[in-house]
Amino acid sequence: MAVAERDQQAAVEHVDLETTPLRELNQRLHDLAGSPGPAAWRIVNPNGAHAVACGLDSDVEVEVEGHVGYYCAGMNKRATVRIHGNASTGLAENMMSGLVVVDGNASQSAGATGRGGLLVVRGDAAARCGISMKGIDIVVGGSVGHMSAFMAQTGSLVVCGDAGEALGDSVYESRLYVRGSVASLGADCVEKELRDEHRTQLTELLKAAEIDADPADFRRYGSARQLYNFRIDNAGAY
Amino acid sequence: MAVTERPWNLRESYLFDRTVIAEIQRASREGIYDIRGFGAKRRLPHFDDLLFLGASISRYPLEGYRERCATDVVLGTRFAKKPLELKIPVTIAGMSFGALSAPAKEALGRGATEVGTSTTTGDGGMTNEEREHSETLVYQLLPSRYGMNPDDLRRADAIEVVVGQGAKPGGGGMLLGHKISDRVAEMRDLPKGIDQRSASRHPDWTGPDDLEIKIGELREITDWEKPIFVKVGASRTYYDVQLAVKAGADAIVVDGMQGGTAATQDVFIEHVGIPTLPATRLAVDALQELGMHRQVQLIVSGGIRSGADVAKALALGADAVSIGTAALVAMGDNSPELEDEYREIGSSAGFYDDYQAGRDPAGISTQDDDLAARFDPVLGGRRIANFLRVLTLETQTLARACGKSHVHNLEPEDLVALTVEAAAMARVPVAGTDWIPGSNRT
Ligand SMILES: Cc1cc2nc3c(=O)[nH]c(=O)nc-3n(C[C@H](O)[C@H](O)[C@H](O)COP(=O)(O)O)c2cc1C
Repeated sequence: MAVAERDQQAAVEHVDLETTPLRELNQRLHDLAGSPGPAAWRIVNPNGAHAVACGLDSDVEVEVEGHVGYYCAGMNKRATVRIHGNASTGLAENMMSGLVVVDGNASQSAGATGRGGLLVVRGDAAARCGISMKGIDIVVGGSVGHMSAFMAQTGSLVVCGDAGEALGDSVYESRLYVRGSVASLGADCVEKELRDEHRTQLTELLKAAEIDADPADFRRYGSARQLYNFRIDNAGAY
Repeated sequence: MAVTERPWNLRESYLFDRTVIAEIQRASREGIYDIRGFGAKRRLPHFDDLLFLGASISRYPLEGYRERCATDVVLGTRFAKKPLELKIPVTIAGMSFGALSAPAKEALGRGATEVGTSTTTGDGGMTNEEREHSETLVYQLLPSRYGMNPDDLRRADAIEVVVGQGAKPGGGGMLLGHKISDRVAEMRDLPKGIDQRSASRHPDWTGPDDLEIKIGELREITDWEKPIFVKVGASRTYYDVQLAVKAGADAIVVDGMQGGTAATQDVFIEHVGIPTLPATRLAVDALQELGMHRQVQLIVSGGIRSGADVAKALALGADAVSIGTAALVAMGDNSPELEDEYREIGSSAGFYDDYQAGRDPAGISTQDDDLAARFDPVLGGRRIANFLRVLTLETQTLARACGKSHVHNLEPEDLVALTVEAAAMARVPVAGTDWIPGSNRT
């Protein structure tokens, strides 16, 4: 049975981006904020389109079959967006709440400036994952690229693989957990003790992300808080 | 001995004048660069260096107060479903809550609304006071993304992607720890009392191709309703404007190097970027070359103080201007009534530029509750409205003198320059000649 037919039977709204303009799809998804409609959607043939399912604000479940371009699920609120493919730059940027999961890899700036909700990248995330994050939780099954969690403010970044260079450069209050190696720590980022409260948080985040890993294998990093107020003695760090 | 009483045989160095000497002494004492607010303080080529020709035998003027000279402007006609319709071509520039107190932001909204123009948020997000008191509010998307959220995007009337500011093209933002109150800290998701440094690059795009995709996303999130502006600090203005057009901007804000700031290194304010005058000309050139002049609206800022500045910017081809510093002054910043208090904090009325310090006796550039409480937002709003009305009346006066029934009909041919520099930059002739330095005309 074809996917479209199956969806029809299961009351899943089926949208083919090869035949439906992106504008129409996003408008229909946005309209759910005001008037109830289908609770489950399947989007096929995204073919790398940008801004797929961005700006959602309802308790909807959206499955995307294929690769998406920039800013998929950008500024998401409440919705669950699952991408069965890879995602390009700025996945779930500035997300407010809800859940975004990508099965494959995510390009640069995944979860950038996110303020809430959970972003799960099952594969690897490229550079600047979690840049300027402000409350979002990000769990990456694989590794993250350089400058991840740059200027990260609050929220947690969990990396099950390795972290690239300058992890957590100029980090504020975000918690960074890495299981594998860290190529280097950025300015003002230091390793910190992994206490029980952190193990509990890790356990919960890994569970929510449906990733099987032992919290005991992780190390925690965070801000040394030496650059919080400018001091000329630190000029060499800038 | 008071300065005026110094003997006539003492000669001050041009190179090492008193301000230079004071700065060297300060730097050697404190070991850190000078951070301040306000705009560039040095003399720069500006609109003062241009004059209007006025009507004569070959052109006839319009009757003051009798013949209509329209001032309305529509911003965002290119793609947005709901362009901004303003009654006057002067808007209030983006100034952050954080840099400014909540009542000062409210006053800007009140004043702008009273005369039918827009105001703009800033680096720090949108406050309810400001939204409620501003009929037309432009919401800035800055690199820091402090407070950014889709609800505010949707309740904004336009979105301004800030690439840079004239006071510091290529620089990020700065809000020093003593201005971080509980409310500011919460809006920005940062601890109280720490220095907040806003990034200088956007976190999720670099370059014109990404910007185009970013603008596309913002349009999708807001269902193509809102005009999207792109704001750049004046530097490589010709290219920046063309790239912003290519990236899909509805309107472009070009902020010249005189543009005000809340907190920037003095060396940055005074030495980076180009003045508003050449930037205006370059921006118009760029738009005209693309056939987009008046299709993509141009808003110019940086040192706009009077209706003469407004009229000259429009004559060079801008669709509107915006004001920052002048609006603060209109609300009472640098008022002589506060002279004693300025003295107490080491400044003086007419010189005060320590917006970064948060100790503003006028209650404008502060987050201190007691200081902010001194500022009356209703009175401040009235002053803003008055000032905007004066700017508009002055602009109309000059436009009528040139025989224009709409301020947008002012044109470069109405202008001449007083200096060779201004003539070259504005590409209008030196007064009394037909010489435009640098033009190919012989
Ligand atoms: C106190 C203050 C705060 C400012 N904050 C911002 C800001 O948050 N975002 C921004 O794009 N520009 C900011 N600016 C720059 C203004 O938007 C505007 O470009 C400038 O003030 C225009 O020049 P003028 O001051 O000579 O009118 C600020 C300026 C001042 C004086």
